[in-house]
Amino acid sequence: MPTVSVGRDCLFAALGQTYTQEKFEELCFNFGIELDDVTTEKAIMRKECHLEEEADDDEEVIYKIEVPANRYDLLCLEGLAQALRVFNGKEGTPAYTLASISKESMLKIHVHKETSKIRPYVVCAVLRDINFDEASYNSFIELQDKLHENICRRRTLVAIGTHDLDTLQGPFTYEALPPEKINFVPLKQEKNFRADELMEVYKSDLKLKKYLHIIENSPVYPVIYDCRRTVLSLPPIINGAHSSITLKTKNVFIECTATDLTKAKIVLNTMVTAFSLYCRNKYEVEPVEVVYDGGKSLISPELSEYSMEVPLSYISRSIGVSLKADEVASLLNRMQLRAEKGASGGEQNIKVSVPPTRSDVLHPCDVMEDVAIAYGYNNIPKTKFPSSEVVSLIELEDLLRLEVAMNGFTEIKSWILCSYQENFAMLNRTDDKSTAVIIANPRSADFEVVRTTLMLGGLKTIGKNKNKSKPIKLFEVSDTVQLDGTKDVGATNVRRLTALYCGTNSGFERIHSLLDRVMEVMATPFVPIGDSSGYYIQRSDHAREFLPDRQASIIYKGKHIGMFGIVHPQVLKNFDIPDPCSVLELDIEPFLQA
Amino acid sequence: MAEQAILSYLETHEEIADSGNFAAECGIDHAEIVNAIKSLHGFLYVESQDIKKETWVLTDEGKRYAAEGSPEVQLFLAVPAEGSIAKDELQKKFDPAIFKIGCSQAGKNKWVEMGRQVSRKVVQVEDKVKDLLLKIQKGQVIGQADINSLKARKLIVLQTWKGYSVRKGPSYAPQREKFATDLTRENLQSGDWKKLKFKEYNFNAKGPPSECGHLHPLNKMKDCIKRIFRMMGFEEMPTNRYVESSFWNFDALFQPQQHPARDSHDTFFLKTPSTTMQLPEDYVERVKQVHESGGYGSRGYNYEWKREEANKNLLRTHTTAISSRMLYKLAQDTKQNGFTPKKYFSIDRVFRNEAVDRTHLAEFHQIEGLICDRGLTLGHLIGVLEDFFKRLGMSNLRFKPAYNPYTEPSMEIFSYHEGFGKWVEIGNSGMFRPEMLQPMGFPEDVRVIAWGLSLERPTMILYGIDNIRDLFGHRVDLDLIKKSPLCLIGIK
Repeated sequence: MPTVSVGRDCLFAALGQTYTQEKFEELCFNFGIELDDVTTEKAIMRKECHLEEEADDDEEVIYKIEVPANRYDLLCLEGLAQALRVFNGKEGTPAYTLASISKESMLKIHVHKETSKIRPYVVCAVLRDINFDEASYNSFIELQDKLHENICRRRTLVAIGTHDLDTLQGPFTYEALPPEKINFVPLKQEKNFRADELMEVYKSDLKLKKYLHIIENSPVYPVIYDCRRTVLSLPPIINGAHSSITLKTKNVFIECTATDLTKAKIVLNTMVTAFSLYCRNKYEVEPVEVVYDGGKSLISPELSEYSMEVPLSYISRSIGVSLKADEVASLLNRMQLRAEKGASGGEQNIKVSVPPTRSDVLHPCDVMEDVAIAYGYNNIPKTKFPSSEVVSLIELEDLLRLEVAMNGFTEIKSWILCSYQENFAMLNRTDDKSTAVIIANPRSADFEVVRTTLMLGGLKTIGKNKNKSKPIKLFEVSDTVQLDGTKDVGATNVRRLTALYCGTNSGFERIHSLLDRVMEVMATPFVPIGDSSGYYIQRSDHAREFLPDRQASIIYKGKHIGMFGIVHPQVLKNFDIPDPCSVLELDIEPFLQA
Repeated sequence: MAEQAILSYLETHEEIADSGNFAAECGIDHAEIVNAIKSLHGFLYVESQDIKKETWVLTDEGKRYAAEGSPEVQLFLAVPAEGSIAKDELQKKFDPAIFKIGCSQAGKNKWVEMGRQVSRKVVQVEDKVKDLLLKIQKGQVIGQADINSLKARKLIVLQTWKGYSVRKGPSYAPQREKFATDLTRENLQSGDWKKLKFKEYNFNAKGPPSECGHLHPLNKMKDCIKRIFRMMGFEEMPTNRYVESSFWNFDALFQPQQHPARDSHDTFFLKTPSTTMQLPEDYVERVKQVHESGGYGSRGYNYEWKREEANKNLLRTHTTAISSRMLYKLAQDTKQNGFTPKKYFSIDRVFRNEAVDRTHLAEFHQIEGLICDRGLTLGHLIGVLEDFFKRLGMSNLRFKPAYNPYTEPSMEIFSYHEGFGKWVEIGNSGMFRPEMLQPMGFPEDVRVIAWGLSLERPTMILYGIDNIRDLFGHRVDLDLIKKSPLCLIGIK
């Protein structure tokens, strides 16, 4: 996106009001431009020269404003200020007119057919009785630079020359000549150069050398003369010194040579619409006739407005807001598009006149967008599509399962129902009647109780797989059920993760490592005992399914969420496991509680 | 063994006065005794006090003489008892250093006559040097004059010897108890687990590092975003196509051929294969028309559209190249079977010819979502964006008018970032232009709303990464990959 630098105070003067930076940013946001940087001329200089001086308080503040790449009219302060004034409803869109002069008294430029070999098009215009001050003069020069860099594609498509008309004598000719036949004093030089010599000189010119390739290898170079054979310019490289414009210039002759006629017209229109503001007859431009070899001719610039009929329904249905024709018209007026209600009867249309400043408007969709911008994107009511939600706990379970599997543990799916013995006595536990859901009509002893602990399935699996090579590393993420008086049915599921290690030693440290990894992927820091911002491990000795000397409680954000330990040899025996074993079991639901 | 020797000795004795002597008496290396003392001291079985002694010990040279005899004696013995031996011949029998020292010392002692021929001057000699060295080796005391002479010949050096005196400690027991670090199969088999005492386990430290695999944070984020799209009813587009023609990447999107994005400054064009070989000709013709002179209600760009430009191959600069192919296919299907609304998404690699820095890479991932249906409005676009970004954890959105060649209207998406305290741009969106959709063959009332963002930026924000090269590519910080937590975006 191109960036334009404008003096803040000049801009506010042109807008007819001052803003706080915040308010100005808001205006930009709504209009679709962006205040990219706030700096000063001297700060830019200091940066370029790598100086480190203190800033003065009285330095003029510069706003660097990013504008959309297709809005060439916003590339200078004049155009930018006008667009915002109109957007703010302070004024209407100006009507640009051509000075009414007869075709006979119109300035002419003859285009020789040889130009078709190198740069076939030219369009011109005159700004009559213009009044520059230093700021507007600099803006005029800068706009040419901006256009050259953007739409002109570094002068390949279009090159602009501006001249003091009072130093010249029309009619002009646009020719293409062998370089050695072109002689003139170029801008910023005092002596006369032949065009081919000049190209050599510019090979060491930092600014100009990047344009040389456009014509360098052509047998003929494009050149513009006045009737006294004064060279106006050697496009797209350099202008002649003779006709150079100054602050005092009153009548400006603008020529745009091009390989793309459409873009040449846009560039010329951009120049003249922005700066006709400073002419005695405001917004009036004097036309020039471009006459081609063979007699074909055209009048430039073309300032006529382009008319579009846009159905109201298309606008309303595209934005999703029901609008009346009058509303649409007034919204469009704020975007510099003159609009009015079309003829009634049948479908309601909006008649839109696109001014020469708005070359970006190609299709009714561009008009529709301007309506939406003026209406305010952020005021458009939203329409939701149907979409679904997830159960956080299930998604978390899946992610944790993958993580534990990546730690080298094998997933098992064990039964939720178990025998009373297994759930209590075989784990060295006694039933205090406060935890387990008891089945009333079990078909066999295997289905007496809904498990209250997840490790059961793992221990049973190892017991039945004791001939498998060691170590055996198993895990499961699943539900246990606890009695819970706060629930309607008196019981609640508790989702847990269990992991077991069984080998020639208990693998207690491996289980500890796995716990650390689970906490790491849950972004939980390891903290000192008593700190509730992360997790810590507290030595324990009361859980009878573990060895008293090798068991610990897991404290997550101040809450006990599980345990790990070496399985008590008596329990191992109960489950017919001949090898030592360590087990981790913890609740995963607390991970979802912030 | 050393440990048991100490404990047993102390059972019947008050103290071990000197660990050095004790070691010699037991016939155990002193270093081993010292280690046992230190370990027993640590568990308060014994108390110990340092003893320092200075003793003379043999240098390497001294040790050699103690074993082989001094050079002067060796030399003397090599000279025949009667007659003489040529010096050259004598020299051949010795190592040069030994010969040199032997000659000088034997000469000094007036044991031999040195000349071209060497002969004995005395009948018998005593190897006093060797005897002294052996005494020192045994720890016996020798006279100061002898010490000085051996020291001068660098055969002995002074060494500080460290040892201990040892007494019973507060936890003294005649047998040391074993502390187990883990329960083993042997413990279970022998049944000795009942007597086992465990070494204190340090729960104040983390366990050893786990040997596990890790997924890349970008892919974790990608999985979450895929999940979000699927919940919103979107299907994934096949994106396995990096080489693309300018036509599908730009022209089909109504991006004019002089557009700056099509500069070699921004796009990687290809040397091989440089041009595309096949394009759908009737569609190409409609695209050319709409660029050159418009149609479908558009004025067009009014420039000469060049087929060569469209044919130029490149590495896709956005996944929208895939979207344009998918939409074209959908439009062809519409002609056959009538229109079916679609919700598509993709998350894959795109390429830009950009300078690499902390926030830019020449390759990155683009996330793109689009909905193709009749009657879509800007209100739908805003609605779907709010739903999507809310799932990403961004619920405070604002939309700014913007420009993009293939969308009109275009909206930049901003979200208020609490951490930065300001509005930050998080993506781009818009409604595809009729000049893009209608040449494909869609009915006039079919609209497409679409949005895009990079995968890297939200990932960097989520994981607090400020240099993109730490995250992606071969300069990646591996610890960062390993430590990255689960991505719970759209879940929690």
